[in-house]
Amino acid sequence: MPGANPVDVVTTRFDGPAPEVAVSTDMIKRGVVVAPVLIAICGVIWGINGAWSGAYGIAIVLVNFALAAAFIATAARISLGLMMGVTLFGYLIRLALIFLAVWLVKDASWISLPALGSTIIVTHLGLLFWEMKYVALSLAYPGLKPSGSQPAA
Amino acid sequence: MEAFSVLVAQASDPDDLKNIEAAAGAGMAYGLAAIGPGIGIGYIVGKSVEAMARQPEAAGMVRTTMFLGIAFTEALALIGFVVFILLKFA
Repeated sequence: MPGANPVDVVTTRFDGPAPEVAVSTDMIKRGVVVAPVLIAICGVIWGINGAWSGAYGIAIVLVNFALAAAFIATAARISLGLMMGVTLFGYLIRLALIFLAVWLVKDASWISLPALGSTIIVTHLGLLFWEMKYVALSLAYPGLKPSGSQPAA
Repeated sequence: MEAFSVLVAQASDPDDLKNIEAAAGAGMAYGLAAIGPGIGIGYIVGKSVEAMARQPEAAGMVRTTMFLGIAFTEALALIGFVVFILLKFA
């Protein structure tokens, strides 16, 4: 039948390497590298509480990336249909976990909420835009560019 | 909405009224901010699964694009969440 899917979404699975795990791991490495700079900036703007909050915000973002990749990679090894469900419900679960992580420390003496919020947004978007430079997106290299290659002009 | 009206009517202290308004505003901000990304992520994942089913050899590329798309879309929800914590807890 024209337009029919050649594979079944429920039974199809991908056992190969997970590109999203590679991308996420790369982002986490970059996040760890820039974390001292971000923490220092938060410390300068909001003081010592800002520095602690900045570190906490960076940790939240990095764990969020790791969880997102782990959810997708694990579900893709089982079925495409499951991957769809896990990705959607994973979004809700991760939002709830972020809320829980902030709610648990909201009254702590060392927390600075403006610093925490700013760090979450800046780290999340900054790491994503930075990672775009290192993603190949080709059939040969579906995830990251091979190491040692120069960025395309 | 009726419960909200009752709460506002019972609040005699201006501080209580301010807290109620802040809580309502924060809840609406977070709720509305989560709807858009939810729809967006659903659309991204649905189209990605369709693409992977039609062309399994390009699945790796599609998954990478999907992951990055989800992360970018989720940034909107995070911005709403930050507005929420600043309104509610700060």
